[in-house]
Amino acid sequence: MLKIREKLQQSEVWKSIFRHNYQDTNRNRALQIVDNVFLHLHPVRIQRHATNVGFTWGMGGITFLLFIILTITGVILMFYYRPASEYAYEDMKYLMNDVAFGPLIRNMHRWAAHAMVITVMLHMFRVFLTGSYKPPRQFNWVVGVLLLVLTLLLSFTGYLLPWDQLAIWAVTVGTNMARATPLLGHEGPFGAALGMRIDNDVRFVLLGGTQVGPPTLLRFYVGHCIFLPLIASIFMIVHFWRIRKDGGISGPTSTTKE
Amino acid sequence: MHNLWELISKPDNIPIVGLLFLVIGYTWWAFHKALKNDRQGYLDEARLNEKIQVWPNLVRVEFLAALFVMVILLFWSFLIDAPLEAAANPTLTPNPSKAPWYFLGLQEMLVYFDPWIAGVVMPSIIIVGLMAIPYIDVNEKGNGYYTFKERKFAIITYCVGFLILWVALIILGTFWRGPGWYFFFPWQEWDTHRVVALTNVDFTELFGIHTRFADNSLNPLAVAIGTIIILGYYSLAGLFWLKRKNTEILKKLGFAKYNITAFLFLTMAALPIKMFLRIGFNVKYILVTPWFNI
Repeated sequence: MLKIREKLQQSEVWKSIFRHNYQDTNRNRALQIVDNVFLHLHPVRIQRHATNVGFTWGMGGITFLLFIILTITGVILMFYYRPASEYAYEDMKYLMNDVAFGPLIRNMHRWAAHAMVITVMLHMFRVFLTGSYKPPRQFNWVVGVLLLVLTLLLSFTGYLLPWDQLAIWAVTVGTNMARATPLLGHEGPFGAALGMRIDNDVRFVLLGGTQVGPPTLLRFYVGHCIFLPLIASIFMIVHFWRIRKDGGISGPTSTTKE
Repeated sequence: MHNLWELISKPDNIPIVGLLFLVIGYTWWAFHKALKNDRQGYLDEARLNEKIQVWPNLVRVEFLAALFVMVILLFWSFLIDAPLEAAANPTLTPNPSKAPWYFLGLQEMLVYFDPWIAGVVMPSIIIVGLMAIPYIDVNEKGNGYYTFKERKFAIITYCVGFLILWVALIILGTFWRGPGWYFFFPWQEWDTHRVVALTNVDFTELFGIHTRFADNSLNPLAVAIGTIIILGYYSLAGLFWLKRKNTEILKKLGFAKYNITAFLFLTMAALPIKMFLRIGFNVKYILVTPWFNI
């Protein structure tokens, strides 16, 4: 057995995949991080307090985990869902009643979405309370605020897709606000004076109609599944990169110039 | 009591119940750590500053956290189904129609302000204001550790904004608002036929100055008083500047940053002030103009 194992580990195929052995040495620990495309997001060594859940609450990392869960469950849901008003609700019924593990996937998607809104808010709360937005991390806070807005938009656009009463009325209430946009909404201050009508104002652009209808469903679907996740991913890349560039997780001593 | 259980056990409301406990727990924890740091004269975070290997120390924590979250999510998803109501029907408006829970703070704001403020201007100011925080907070202390005494103003302001004006309004919108967006206690049955007399008056009318004449045209005196109140409110910032500009903190802020901070602060404070006027004195508008009302 041992011999086979040794032979296997000496083979070209094995060596081409695994660049180092697993003996517990500091060198291997470092290589474990540096040689792995996913783990090399991390530095090799960090201060102990940065691993302390009591300090970080782990909320940023959990938010990212939930985003990944949402991406995976979301892709699965896309196999069963057509964003057209004739089909959308029927597809939901089908998913909830006849698809194996359909309800589980949908439930995970919805609850992870709610949870992500909560973890984003708590992450922001922690970052504020530890003053972690202070120099040199000012810009990363701004990126974080954009990610908060994107999270809310992702959640809001997803809310419409089941195409049930809860969905269209929640989105109707939400998007009715856009009527009142100053200058750009037909009921907003100076909107009418600028020629805004119900069929050409900012809300019309958002909904693709004068009320929440089939074009809105398609718009929100594309926004929810493609446009917003793409933008959010880009900002996430920047967010994580900046954490590294700004000296890692904030702390009383790591903020001094590198 | 029946209604309370119905509200709490509504699948979409469960995250809000969770949010309530998480926010209270984390606030308590953060203040516990902050006050401990303030009291003991050294920082717990600074004592844990030796460098350690990320593998396995951090990766292990991340792995356990991921496992923990996925177990909770899986159980949650097995036990409770996401809601799916009747098919969308644009001709049948449910009462109450509520926005998704994270926007209920904004929907609650609609009681106190017109939609252009509550739905558009305020959210924009919240977003821009949050982004501005790192640039207007010139206090270098409290960077990277829990503290309260070194950043009292910043922490109190953020906590009031987040805990009261955001989270508490979400809870209020979920559990205390029923049909017609009327106030109901959470344990009270929702009476869809409840009629509440509209007794709202404009601010100047509290002092006998009517906003409109009998022919519905605006009373210039009321408009003038309203304008003076709004401008006067924001010029409080200027008065404070004139009085305190030689203090160390305002000198450090400088004129521009001070004004941005003061504007954001006064705008945030306007919400509780308007809530107080509305709930206490039925005040609808402070300023009425042909184009917009505040």
